[in-house]
Amino acid sequence: MKLGWIKRINVMKVVLYALSYMHHDFSPPIVHPDISSKNILLDLDNEVHISGLWHCQASKTHPTSIKSNGAVYGVPKEDNFLTRTLWEIQKEIKEEEAMATLTVPTTVPSVSEDCEQLRKAFSGWGTNEGLIIDILGHRNAEQRNLIRKTYAETYGEDLLKALDKELSNDFERLVLLWALDPAERDALLANEATKRWTSSNQVLMEIACTRSANQLLHARQAYHARYKKSLEEDVAHHTTGDFRKLLLPLVSSYRYEGEEVNMTLAKTEAKLLHEKISDKAYSDDDIIRVLATRSKAQINATLNHYKNEYGNDINKDLKADPKDEFLALLRSTVKCLVYPEKYFEKVLRLAINRRGTDEGALTRVVCTRAEVDLKIIADEYQRRNSVPLTRAIVKDTHGDYEKLLLVLAGHVEN
Amino acid sequence: MRKGCSKFFLEDERQFERWNDSAIKSLKAEFKLFKDVVVLSLMHPWERDARLLKKALKKGPPHYNVIVEIACTRSSDQLLGARKAYHSLFDRSIEEDLASHVKGSERKLLVALVSAYRYEGPKEKEDAAKSEAKALLNAIKNNNGDHKKKAMEEDEVIWILTTRSKPHLKVVYEQYKKISAKTITEDLEVELLLKETVECLCTPQTYFTRVFDSALREDAKENAKKALTRLVATQEDVDLKGIAAKFEDKIKERVKGAYKDVLLGVLADDRK
Repeated sequence: MKLGWIKRINVMKVVLYALSYMHHDFSPPIVHPDISSKNILLDLDNEVHISGLWHCQASKTHPTSIKSNGAVYGVPKEDNFLTRTLWEIQKEIKEEEAMATLTVPTTVPSVSEDCEQLRKAFSGWGTNEGLIIDILGHRNAEQRNLIRKTYAETYGEDLLKALDKELSNDFERLVLLWALDPAERDALLANEATKRWTSSNQVLMEIACTRSANQLLHARQAYHARYKKSLEEDVAHHTTGDFRKLLLPLVSSYRYEGEEVNMTLAKTEAKLLHEKISDKAYSDDDIIRVLATRSKAQINATLNHYKNEYGNDINKDLKADPKDEFLALLRSTVKCLVYPEKYFEKVLRLAINRRGTDEGALTRVVCTRAEVDLKIIADEYQRRNSVPLTRAIVKDTHGDYEKLLLVLAGHVEN
Repeated sequence: MRKGCSKFFLEDERQFERWNDSAIKSLKAEFKLFKDVVVLSLMHPWERDARLLKKALKKGPPHYNVIVEIACTRSSDQLLGARKAYHSLFDRSIEEDLASHVKGSERKLLVALVSAYRYEGPKEKEDAAKSEAKALLNAIKNNNGDHKKKAMEEDEVIWILTTRSKPHLKVVYEQYKKISAKTITEDLEVELLLKETVECLCTPQTYFTRVFDSALREDAKENAKKALTRLVATQEDVDLKGIAAKFEDKIKERVKGAYKDVLLGVLADDRK
């Protein structure tokens, strides 16, 4: 969940309304002893609730919570699973921002200014790519969505269509992918991955395993909206055999996201995995079940135990046949679930070192991780390749494509 | 009231009026049904479904039809909500628990049903429906003789039934009827769980009617009555009213007290 300005203002509005209600419209007035982000709850519909009212100095008949529209009803603080406190959300956002490479200026121009500038970039002869990079390359998902919406309202045209007309090749692909809302982007990438000429089991697995449970869910919702069918149908329809056996549950998963781990379970499942792998039953139901349903924390614990108990990393044991594509996918799945930055580092390394860069992969990784954890991936890249990611990009790409990649990767001109 | 219900009370040797044990039991049972309806109706639907799923899983194979009922009769978003609620209530995902506790041949089907996030729009593909109907027929016919693998374990069957949208599946059933002599539910008499899956997905009325029927019989068992309670409390469908209307007389005749009022209430106003 992102906390854009609009959401923040809404929160402030509701809190102020509630305070006014409590102080002036309620008799006797209720004094809330602790209006803090730990007592402000946001639920999944972005309704704002204030809790902790039972600590207030007031008569016994006071309400226990006040809802956004002013309606009053009781919501005991601890049990409503639909809400999270503002404090938790802010903490999560801080953690996310620490790992992203995207830089947004502290004072962002208004949306209409951005739209106007973008419009100017297209008009006349040729296109001012630099302007496009400067604007879009420094806006986060919420800002980009707002720009798209406003552009369409102002000029009657989808920004992406305009970009499509004016730009070409790798640069265009990068801009278009970047401009999309993350959920839509994932839906588009997933859809391409099921089509015959661009099919890629790897991309499907990557999306299913490196996104959080809610991000994967949003991608599936965006898929419904955009393609009028479910991602699961398409994956089931277009993959076969063992690959389908693995990919369908991965794509349908909605993992528990907590950190709780059951160590006994980790032991039993590590043993189970070891048995199946020793029997070379790589596409066994149980292996797939563990990888597709357990929480990431639980899988991590299980694999740690595997290593402790049996001496090898599970991926080492899964390397029995280097040519087996299913095994390769299985190994990547494990990587994505437990240390995604290593997975992405490898994708980047292979994309850049190839004779002729694999722009598709490079674009995909930079776009999808710039707002998530590209910083960590870049650190891993430097560690593994002794060269900063940005320098590798400079060496291997050129023109506007290179420029936008560098901006997204957080490169600062010096 | 005690005077009026004299048959409950026996005078035992010590000339002390007490209740007949079995009478207590049956009275409790009747009120339990009412209590269940009330509690279920008051809970948030997502929490309700999550708890029902957990209970069904705990109770074992005879109760797996509850899992099928919930997974198939809820909308995509309602099912998703239940999965979210399950995370919060039990610190696990329903998929994990199902996958690790269901041991038999139903496992693949149940996990896949619960993980479904179906498209809800109207678009159907006629050609795909034809080939899928054929695939289903093959799977079902091949297994009526061979007992090694049930139809519900066939990958084809599972992915068709758990990823396709409900409107699409309706078309698949129609195509099925054209190529098989019977409807798909008739052909699935042998595999009850799969049959209920198919019913709940596209012809829930048939399923509901059956539940009402078994619950309102003379010799109705506990489970049947519980099933009715669950339906009444959880289904907000208009379909339920139509079916309940057919059973109105039986309800008035067989059911007593507050529980009867609730059932009749289902018929009456716009239930929310």
